[in-house]
Amino acid sequence: MSTLTSAANPSRGLRWDAWAIVLWIGAGLIMAAFLWVLLDLLGRGLGQISWSFITEAPENAGRAGGIGPILVSTLLILMVCLAIAVPLAVGVAVFLSELLPHRSRLRRIVQISLDALAAVPSVVFGLFGNAFFCIQLGLGFSILSGGLTLACMVLPLLIRTTESSIRAVPQRYRLAATALGMTRSRVILRLVVPLAVPGIVVGTLLALGRAMAETVALVFTSGYVDRMPGSLLDSGRSLSIHVFDLAMNVPGGDANAYGAGVVLIFALLVINGAVLCLAKTWKARSGMAITAAT
Amino acid sequence: MPGKDLESEIRHGHHGGNVMTVAQPCIEPAAHREPERHLWCISDLTVSYGEVIALSSVSLNIKENSVTAVIGPSGCGKSSLLCCLNRLTDFIPGCCVSGRILMHSKDILGGQIDDTRLRKQVGLIFQKPNPFPLSIRRNFELPLREHGIRDRQEIEHIMQSTLEATGLWKEVKDRLNKPAHQLSGGQQQRLCIARALSLRPDALLMDEPCSALDPISSGQVEELVLSLRERYTIVIVTHNLSQARRLGTDVALFWLRDGKGTLVESGPASQVFEAPRDDLTKLYLRGAIA
Ligand SMILES: Nc1ncnc2c1ncn2[C@@H]1O[C@H](COP(=O)(O)OP(=O)(O)OP(=O)(O)O)[C@@H](O)[C@H]1O
Ligand SMILES: [Mg+2]
Repeated sequence: MSTLTSAANPSRGLRWDAWAIVLWIGAGLIMAAFLWVLLDLLGRGLGQISWSFITEAPENAGRAGGIGPILVSTLLILMVCLAIAVPLAVGVAVFLSELLPHRSRLRRIVQISLDALAAVPSVVFGLFGNAFFCIQLGLGFSILSGGLTLACMVLPLLIRTTESSIRAVPQRYRLAATALGMTRSRVILRLVVPLAVPGIVVGTLLALGRAMAETVALVFTSGYVDRMPGSLLDSGRSLSIHVFDLAMNVPGGDANAYGAGVVLIFALLVINGAVLCLAKTWKARSGMAITAAT
Repeated sequence: MPGKDLESEIRHGHHGGNVMTVAQPCIEPAAHREPERHLWCISDLTVSYGEVIALSSVSLNIKENSVTAVIGPSGCGKSSLLCCLNRLTDFIPGCCVSGRILMHSKDILGGQIDDTRLRKQVGLIFQKPNPFPLSIRRNFELPLREHGIRDRQEIEHIMQSTLEATGLWKEVKDRLNKPAHQLSGGQQQRLCIARALSLRPDALLMDEPCSALDPISSGQVEELVLSLRERYTIVIVTHNLSQARRLGTDVALFWLRDGKGTLVESGPASQVFEAPRDDLTKLYLRGAIA
């Protein structure tokens, strides 16, 4: 027995080493590509960043001036998106995981449609949002239309993450609460959902990141206008559209495109960093892993 | 065991139960022990999970303010019995309960007591300690608020008094806002008992409360049970026969017959342990002792 293992071990170890090297090289290449993009962006765009760039309005189609109104529009679009999507997602997730029976057909069907919906390209969401929110509901090209469209787009992801974090709450806590005479609705409201909040927050941040990076869906719904929005029914240009527009449609807009790109990527990095941090601290605190479909 | 003789058996058993104190029969006034009251009268209780029959026509009376130890091999339906007594069975998918359980002469299976009220009156302690993964204080707030106690002072007071009753106050009073699952297993189990007591129940059901604990912690829980047995009706499931001896005033032995859980023998602890009537009981007790 002992000779067998000692004979088998080295070759196994060797093969492992070879695989490990391949994996490390792969990981290294990915890291290098990411760093290259990041450094390139920072090298060209960092010089643009200043207080006036962040706060001032764009001039000369964005070649000069800043991104103030665009940041405001982006923020408003994201707020509309989350204000609609998060409560809806929590409601649907509670319904799916707590109220429907475990092996229900309806649940399977909803889950499959959610997965299908998550795989739909964003341009389709854009067209849908344009047809439904802009035209059908008469909201026109507006921040509201854009936010609602993004809400539809991130909803599948949010429902999935929320559902899995609700499901990750161990059954014994529900039983304990029930045995203490808590009614079912109270168990859900006071215990299960609060315990799932970390997962919901992480899912929300992921959705936020995706919404922020979205361009195409917004071209069709929130529009191009780069003025400071006066209300949610005004058209507003998001950061990602601004970058796209400056880079593709405005000759001489490159420098400011990089500047806006730096702001965008900085926001995304902050969001992702927050996700990692929160997931880690919450796991340490509650002993429950946060399961988020990344 | 046929349910008919149980009433008489227990009554007889009661006299048998005083066998140990028979040398000093006059010290205790007869009136003190006289009104033998039952908290639960279970008759013809059958519990099934689909095909599996966990309990088959069980009839048993459980005395008020005493400790009934429920013993028997694994899978004979002890946990199922406890879950019937506070109707937690409603929550187990596929679980089907029939028969009658009277509590304070109200039919609890027939729904004569509201189920949340029932569960407030009958606390359940699980095998694995399960405080909510929240702060210690929140573990009390949550159920108390559910039952209409909102006043901060009052919650604080109830929390302190139950934690004192479970001997936990000194250990946790400086960390009430810390997560409950950072406590040791034994402390967690006593916290769960305190949490159940905070609702001022009449009875406590304990499902192998010590089996996940080290000897010292389980000793503490045992002492706690002994200190509570004057005021609460306690039903405790245990695989530990010496624990059943130490804690039980009454004992019920269940067995798996033809794949169905059945009650073999029940009565005062001294009678069941010293003079078991059923051969199975003799064998089980002897086998476990050996
Ligand atoms: N939720 C359930 N679904 C299906 N069958 C169950 C369920 N709970 C218990 N059973 C079955 O019912 C029978 C009795 O189970 P129960 O848990 O009451 O036994 P027990 O005496 O408590 O055993 P143990 O000493 O191992 O805890 C077992 O055969 C078990 O498989
Ligand atoms: Mg059990």
